[in-house]
Amino acid sequence: MAGPDMDMVEIVINGKNISVKAGRPLLETCLSNGIYIPNLCHVEGMTSPPASCRLCFIEVEGIPAPVPSCVTTVEPGMVVSTDTAAVRKLQRTALKLLLSVHDIDCRNCPVNRKCPLQQIARFLKIGLKSAPFETRLKKDLLDDRHPFFNYYPNRCVLCGRCVYLCHRKNGYPKISFAGRGFGAFIRIDLPLPDDAVSCHECRECATSCPVAALRLK
Amino acid sequence: MNRISEAAPAVRLAAVQEKAREAISQHATLPKIEIGIATCGIAAGALETRSAFEQALSEFNIKAYIHPVGCIGHCYAEPLVKIHHPDSGFPPIFYHEVHPGKARMLVKQFLGGGDPCFEHIYGAAQTNDLIPSVSEFARFNREVRVVMENCGRINPEDLFEYIAAGGYKGLVSAMEMPPEEVIRKINESGLRGRGGAGFPAGIKWRMARDAPGTGKIVICNADEGDPGAYMDRTILESNPHQVLEGMAICAHAIGAQKGYIYVRAEYPLAVRIITRAISQAKESGLLGNTILGSALTFDIEVFQGSGAFVCGEETALIQSMEGYRGMPRCRPPYPVEKGFDDRPTVINNVKTLASAPAILMKGPEWYRSVGTEGSPGTAIFSVVGDVVHSGLVEIPMGITLRELIFDICGGIPKKKKFKAVQIGGPSGGCLPERFLDTPIDFDSLKQAGAMMGSGGMVVMDEDACIVDVARFFIDFTQNESCGKCTFCRIGTRHMLDILKRITEGKGKEEDLMLLQRLGEDIRDGSLCGLGKTAPNPVLTSLRYFKEEYDAHILEGRCPGLWCRHLIAYYIDLDKCARGCDVCVGCCPTDAVFTTSTRKKGIDQERCVKCGECMTACPPDYNAVKKVSPAHLAPVIPRPAGSPGEH
Ligand SMILES: Cc1cc2nc3c(=O)[nH]c(=O)nc-3n(C[C@H](O)[C@H](O)[C@H](O)COP(=O)(O)O)c2cc1C
Ligand code: SF4
Ligand code: SF4
Ligand code: FES
Repeated sequence: MAGPDMDMVEIVINGKNISVKAGRPLLETCLSNGIYIPNLCHVEGMTSPPASCRLCFIEVEGIPAPVPSCVTTVEPGMVVSTDTAAVRKLQRTALKLLLSVHDIDCRNCPVNRKCPLQQIARFLKIGLKSAPFETRLKKDLLDDRHPFFNYYPNRCVLCGRCVYLCHRKNGYPKISFAGRGFGAFIRIDLPLPDDAVSCHECRECATSCPVAALRLK
Repeated sequence: MNRISEAAPAVRLAAVQEKAREAISQHATLPKIEIGIATCGIAAGALETRSAFEQALSEFNIKAYIHPVGCIGHCYAEPLVKIHHPDSGFPPIFYHEVHPGKARMLVKQFLGGGDPCFEHIYGAAQTNDLIPSVSEFARFNREVRVVMENCGRINPEDLFEYIAAGGYKGLVSAMEMPPEEVIRKINESGLRGRGGAGFPAGIKWRMARDAPGTGKIVICNADEGDPGAYMDRTILESNPHQVLEGMAICAHAIGAQKGYIYVRAEYPLAVRIITRAISQAKESGLLGNTILGSALTFDIEVFQGSGAFVCGEETALIQSMEGYRGMPRCRPPYPVEKGFDDRPTVINNVKTLASAPAILMKGPEWYRSVGTEGSPGTAIFSVVGDVVHSGLVEIPMGITLRELIFDICGGIPKKKKFKAVQIGGPSGGCLPERFLDTPIDFDSLKQAGAMMGSGGMVVMDEDACIVDVARFFIDFTQNESCGKCTFCRIGTRHMLDILKRITEGKGKEEDLMLLQRLGEDIRDGSLCGLGKTAPNPVLTSLRYFKEEYDAHILEGRCPGLWCRHLIAYYIDLDKCARGCDVCVGCCPTDAVFTTSTRKKGIDQERCVKCGECMTACPPDYNAVKKVSPAHLAPVIPRPAGSPGEH
């Protein structure tokens, strides 16, 4: 439960004592204290994080298995590890799974060198390869029906940032999750409602997409 | 409260009971024909059977009362009919598989002529000197009915019949107690949630009662999406009022005024029956404002889900009711704190809620006397697959799998050997013969690697392919995954691809390790119960049936002779009858040819392995054989110039 703003408590992260704000997600806490935890789906300040990318695992003393740090909040006296073997095992598998459905063509990608997948792969010390999982790309390569931006299903990691930020800015989402299982994708709801803030001015989704799956035309 | 207002609900119920008695006595003197017309009965032709009875009664000018009831669980025997003809001197008699012809005959000979048609009798409904009673069959006498006690005995569309069978007495007992006392009783009974996880219902109700907030809510989870499971549907179709009564008891306990039944739109009969039951209960003052003259107000609405398996998960269910895409969210907060509309919400399974009335009426000690210490009460399974008496079975917790499958359900048909039982549907596990003495309760099944789940049980004989069964379940979960989180969305797809590859004979040795590791990561890394349990069928079968996986990968052999890519059909020339042509015409690809000795052979290149020839070959010859690996089939050359040669 979130306490008053200045409610600072002591916790231990990776063996070091630090004083942090109670009630804040551990992911945000660690990141702002210079401790990197891989993550894709979290947006700073979210009230109910989706916890869907399954990359931000940590271990907390007293809890038997790794938990996502974006939905685990700071409590006094917590002992947290961000780099245990169990954590790394899950993170590596999650990243490899994401890479197995990602069109790895960095050279021709607009976010080459700025891409979080590259950063996370480097951090986890694995190459940009999905092995032992085979590559499984979707048949549809591009959805270009929207007047202002394109959607590339084989780049998308389904982090949901675009849906969340569009909703936050416009009061309802103009893009949404669709499909089931492996076939899930981001659907652009066309035609656009007239009263909507013009997508042309907003662009929230395209600028928030970490992997250039939504791009301005 | 003074004595008089405390007694009010009981007095009001007595008035309804009086009306019920009157209504029922109207046809008490007529012979009675009872027909099960829940979905399972209808699928077997019960509606046609009913019209045949009606027609025959009018044709022979015989007066009888046709009593439509729900399902009594003996689905293998549907359409099942019970006839009581008091003047004949016989007790009420069950007849199985009563199709229109049999219906007509029974009217003419039994109702008209007093001859009960002995050769068609299934059994008498009570012990007597004339006809063996069904209570001598294990399928009847080993069952203990708590939840399904009135299923198949009363007309689900008639509130009065439920009332006459003691209905709504549990609610009255509850209303005579303070809510805390109701919760204490549920707690003492040890009732655990029947939706799969077995969470103690009393604790859940307690948390909802204690949660701050107003407008608390009770939701009955009837999403029931496991393939092969249909207990909840049957209960709603056969005795809806028991579920409504359970919900009202919960409402009184937690202080809710509003309830919902979340039922899939694919259950149209259940939706119709439950909707009607709600309005009947309201008319009689058993739901709505000032229930039975008290201060209790509770209203129930039916919410029709669109039939996604994942919407049975409680947080996804709430999302779906709120009008969003049914995707689970992280817990905590749990629905008891922040549920539908952000209000404290109890979500319970149909069977959990339907257990409450009996507990209130007969007391927690009675409930604890059924079942085991850790899992009191009964379990309801839909037992399907390779088993003689399939259907719904309600058994006390603690009896073993062997007793359930072999004693109660009659074992494996056609003298085949038992191979495995899959318990708990796509989230459950696949157990081999050596687990048959495992007692059925929440904890023992979990320990064995399976789980109670919501009660699906698939029995498999020696002809089943374990790898293909695992593939089937992963295919199901992959299709039903909401796609939100990485492990479940992508991981189950890779598992499916690997399993497909193995069943096609293209598996590699490393695949088993890969399946194991990936399965463990999906289990540990997924967000909701769907993903966390999806690998179970694969992980348990890898543990208990590794030799079947090995056979596929290393030898190209499917031990169940099931996987098409790994089998071949051939004709045993020693058995094939010269001049017989039966199999020739049935082959869709003209693969069957005549040999130089006027016997038959199969052209392996043309054969699509449909097995039609094997079915067609007369049992006396039994000449078509199936082998695996496929190369074991002897090569019989096609004579040059024979018809169909390419
Ligand atoms: C994928 C998935 C599907 C589920 N489906 C059902 C269902 O069809 N019916 C049900 O009662 N519970 C289902 N559950 C369990 C519910 O989330 C919840 O635990 C249950 O309704 C609680 O009721 P109980 O305490 O009476 O068991 C499902 C859970 C998961 C993870
Ligand atoms: S389009 Fe981009 S922001 Fe939206 S879900 Fe896909 S990767 Fe995330
Ligand atoms: S585990 Fe599967 S069903 Fe559950 S949230 Fe993740 S993707 Fe959706
Ligand atoms: S950042 Fe926590 S699961 Fe994605």
